[in-house]
Amino acid sequence: MDISQVLFYALSAMALGSAIMVVISRNPVHSVLWLIITFFAISGHYILMNAQFLGIVNLIVYAGAIMVLFLFVIMLMNLNAETEPQKNKWLKLAGVVAGGCLLLVLVAALKQAEVKGQVAMLGTGDIGLIKNLGTALFTDYVVPFEISSVLFLSAMVGAVVIGKK
Amino acid sequence: MHSALLAIDLFLVIEKLVLIIGIVSISLVIAMYETYAERKVAAFIQDRIGPNRAGPFGILQPLADGLKLFMKEEIIPNTSNRLLFILGPCLAMMAAMMTSAVIPWGGKLNVFGREVSLQIADINIGILYVFGVVSMGVYGIMIGGWASNNKFSLMAALRGASQVISYELPMGLSLIALLMVTGSLKMSEIVGQQMDSVWNICYQPLGFFIFLVCAFAECNRTPFDLPEAENELNFGYHQEYSSMKLGFYLFAEYINMFISSVVMATLFFGGYDVPFFNDAAHADWGNWLVALQGAVLLIKVCFFIFLFMWVRWTIPRFRYDQLMNLGWKTLIPLSLFNMVVTAAFVLWKSNGYKF
Repeated sequence: MDISQVLFYALSAMALGSAIMVVISRNPVHSVLWLIITFFAISGHYILMNAQFLGIVNLIVYAGAIMVLFLFVIMLMNLNAETEPQKNKWLKLAGVVAGGCLLLVLVAALKQAEVKGQVAMLGTGDIGLIKNLGTALFTDYVVPFEISSVLFLSAMVGAVVIGKK
Repeated sequence: MHSALLAIDLFLVIEKLVLIIGIVSISLVIAMYETYAERKVAAFIQDRIGPNRAGPFGILQPLADGLKLFMKEEIIPNTSNRLLFILGPCLAMMAAMMTSAVIPWGGKLNVFGREVSLQIADINIGILYVFGVVSMGVYGIMIGGWASNNKFSLMAALRGASQVISYELPMGLSLIALLMVTGSLKMSEIVGQQMDSVWNICYQPLGFFIFLVCAFAECNRTPFDLPEAENELNFGYHQEYSSMKLGFYLFAEYINMFISSVVMATLFFGGYDVPFFNDAAHADWGNWLVALQGAVLLIKVCFFIFLFMWVRWTIPRFRYDQLMNLGWKTLIPLSLFNMVVTAAFVLWKSNGYKF
């Protein structure tokens, strides 16, 4: 068990634990904060796989921008534990059944997958470094990359148009 | 198992620990004396004397201020969210301290035959790391403002968050133009390139100006101190805070100011490069050269800190809509223009100045 394995298990425990806390926290603001911790743990995994660029972009985009907007909305809605309406018992039951079904499907799917043969490369891969990633995006995948940028641009124009109304 | 765990370089751990402790304490001390300098500069600009009672020239004033803040009664409002109320200033402080990890503070020291780089982590995404930590800084304001359960605090937190998010965009765009020139995100490499040729400010004057304006906005300094506009919002997001928790918020602002000065000096003004002096030719000076480089970086940083204060006591505060208009309608188009022109030049240069 070397240092990267120790880190891997610690980060995995952190990611899973905080992801569970996202679901079971009663206060929605706490949920958002736990979600941010989850993103940090996932970024740690990226860095462990030598994908520093992906790790930091994950932090900048998700933890730094999208979660701030989540927090914005939740804070303005003022969802306190006292004012939150109690959910219907049948709704809870339906949620449990749906979640159980998802678990079943996931177990069935993962049983087939060969996990043992595909251990993630820790600290050796270099496709996640910014230079290699940039080269791959602008040579092998240039058409999908440009198409997705056009998509983003149109989404931006749409947001501006909606904002002007 | 134990042998593998202990196989990590123990000297590296000690070296980095010493470096981290050193840099954190230096930034804390500098932030402390920034408060003193701010009062002195304000006094100078307003033709007053400024603090002069504690020690010679009032030099012990920051200590007295700190002691006063510690001695004050600590009040946590009953209706606040206790945990988040305490978490707010902690996050503000943490985000302020984290940026210093990727800054190169000087060349390589020679300690007992061992080369010690004066940089905590030389990662190859240095600038993006700075950018990521800057975007974390908003949580301290938002969580503190919301957890206070006070309308004014919430309003100020929303203002602060939207201001920081808005000004991150032109800041990122001006950095992209800089990256096109340097071709690397590594802080040490950016400084190295500037040591070999001219400083980046010569290539990117407009980019630097945009970065400077955005740095003012990110640090919530006047003319962009809308989150703590005292005559509109009582005190802004830290209204309910008292004692050292308030002190942490105020202190985080000064650390942010110091760190953004360091980032500006590193990216645009050559970092620890000594101007009009060939550093490489004097490698035989050894550790003295490194000390000189560190001192030069600190002088550059002091100039920027003075600039922050100079602007604060000269320019009045913006109105909120003016702030947003400046960010979205002026700075973003300007930085996009800067980016396109820089890209065209870089392309032209790589073609050997031919069309």
